[in-house]
Amino acid sequence: MDINPILLLAALMVASTPILLAAIGELVVERAGVLNLGVEGMMITGAVCGYIVGHGTENPYFGFVGAAFAGAALSFVFAALTQFLLTNQVATGLGLTMFGLGLASLIGQGATGSSDLIVGKLNLPIISDIPVIGRILFQHDPIVYVSLLLVAGTWWFLSKSRAGLILRAVGENHDAAHALGYNVRLMRVLAILFGGACAGLAGSYISLVRVPQWIDGITSGAGWIALAIVVFASWNPWRLIAGAYLFGGVTVLQLNLQAEGLKIPTEYLSMAPYLATILVLVVIRAGRAPGSLGKSFHPSS
Amino acid sequence: MKRRTLLATGAGAAMAAALGLPARAQDKTKVGFIYVGPINDGGWTQHHHHSALEMVEHFGDAVELVYQESVPEGPDAERAITQMARGGADIIFTTSFGFMDPTVNVAANFPDVKFEHATGYKQADNVSVYSARFYEGRAIQGTLAGRMTKTNKIGYIASVPIPEVIRGINSAYLHAKKVNPDVEFKIIWIFEWLNPAKEADAAKALIEQGCDVVLQHTDSTAPHQAAKEAGNVYTFGQAADMAEYGPMPRISSIIDNWAPYYIERVQAVIDGTWTSVNTWDGIAPGMVGIGEISDAVPADVKAEAEALRDAIAAGEYHPFTGPINKQDGTPWLAEGEIANDGDLAGMFFFVEGVEGDIPS
Repeated sequence: MDINPILLLAALMVASTPILLAAIGELVVERAGVLNLGVEGMMITGAVCGYIVGHGTENPYFGFVGAAFAGAALSFVFAALTQFLLTNQVATGLGLTMFGLGLASLIGQGATGSSDLIVGKLNLPIISDIPVIGRILFQHDPIVYVSLLLVAGTWWFLSKSRAGLILRAVGENHDAAHALGYNVRLMRVLAILFGGACAGLAGSYISLVRVPQWIDGITSGAGWIALAIVVFASWNPWRLIAGAYLFGGVTVLQLNLQAEGLKIPTEYLSMAPYLATILVLVVIRAGRAPGSLGKSFHPSS
Repeated sequence: MKRRTLLATGAGAAMAAALGLPARAQDKTKVGFIYVGPINDGGWTQHHHHSALEMVEHFGDAVELVYQESVPEGPDAERAITQMARGGADIIFTTSFGFMDPTVNVAANFPDVKFEHATGYKQADNVSVYSARFYEGRAIQGTLAGRMTKTNKIGYIASVPIPEVIRGINSAYLHAKKVNPDVEFKIIWIFEWLNPAKEADAAKALIEQGCDVVLQHTDSTAPHQAAKEAGNVYTFGQAADMAEYGPMPRISSIIDNWAPYYIERVQAVIDGTWTSVNTWDGIAPGMVGIGEISDAVPADVKAEAEALRDAIAAGEYHPFTGPINKQDGTPWLAEGEIANDGDLAGMFFFVEGVEGDIPS
């Protein structure tokens, strides 16, 4: 056996991070009662903008910030259309994905090539050097930890903070929340912007850390996986980590098993991440969708 | 202006535009290209496009280039090709294996349009097929890989299970084994021609399992980036030179040079002498180029690889020369026997020593 479980677990965290980032953003959006299917489009726009900004400033962290802004800017288009012009959220979200793919391709003309930007890895004295655990958990780039902090922060926000409770009220029953005097639209626009920023950051993680380079179609469907994981994690931030890490883990594992020359047909290995994620998350599934998910709201009604 | 008059004028203008197009197309030869990836993928599609631009430069105003990027293999390809044929293209090059059936289907509906399909095997009266003997280049890569590896583990990122890819694996393996009997190949199939994220993950998985040479049959430069990060891993440019990753990790490359072929075929259309042909050229006519072997390779190994290249180009050596057994041990080629083109074109088995099964 050439598979090194320590390296495998370490690779798992890197492979899962873009999905986790995009999914945590979408989770907040959906808890506010909005279904934004444009994650893939915002991700890939973030990927190209992050790459360009990162290389322009020769600092990957400016790239991450630029990508988050780009994702948020694109999501603002969605927010304006669905919250003020009351367009259908499913159709607008799908449109946003297609628009984002085309826009990214346009922006990215001529931005290809090798990348010399290095995103530093965490290197704490003592902690990073702990055998096994140090290599698995404490030798990653900072964005891996940002994604985990975002999940923890989202959990705290949604369950402990007043603003989070209002956001959930808006998502569960926007008419009731409106009657109580909460600003449904404002809450939703903010949630959509947060979702866009997370998706943009997720995209730039692919183009600045994981691959790292810009090529058309680089996100290759990760946004859709993120959407699926939100549903299967039944809108619970902690389950989201389980879903994303499971998907990333089986993805990395199946590549390793293939290289190992395992006597399982490679077709089955290739579908394994999708199957495993669906199976496990369906089994642990307990929650239900926010009550007003995907419904349009106008204050006059 | 009344609305009806406005509509009539608009319709008239549209009709004029529609009629005008074919009229203009007659003086120029319209050459179409259908690409599987974006023209800036850094590999396969980029090189087809460069060759197409070289062809346009050669003819100047006599030709007009139209192309469509990132056309998915499958039913949608048929729509894209049909659209191009309707748009007045005189000759259409479809540059991926998966465009084979769509090309043949569309060609049946447009008998006056010439079609050229890359890397396939289905010909028709107005469909030519062309490909390059990439396995000749793989023989050189295998030799270099076998000499350069210290761990004796060579990684191979395979794309789609078709004979072209399998030939490449077999050729690389045979020649790595020849110079280093201890080598072992680790193969990962990603089932796509271009998916940088997957290619990067696959390269990382191979490197983590101890491979210090990674060959790829996929189109992006992502594996090079992963190798660069790892530090002591060697890679090869695929379809394009990928020289920006030299001298390390990229130590050589297979370069596809389609321009002479494109110029020849478009010239045939202009002259009216186009006929359906089956072209399969290698290193000798220049369709397969071997990129500069970098300084990271010791001089004697470089000389050995170059001698192999020259022997193949001179026709003195064929990469598939017996004795070669199939994976299950049954004999394929006897001592000194050279594989025939039919066997090579339909090759769907690994040679003895390669581990794992070919996905079906």
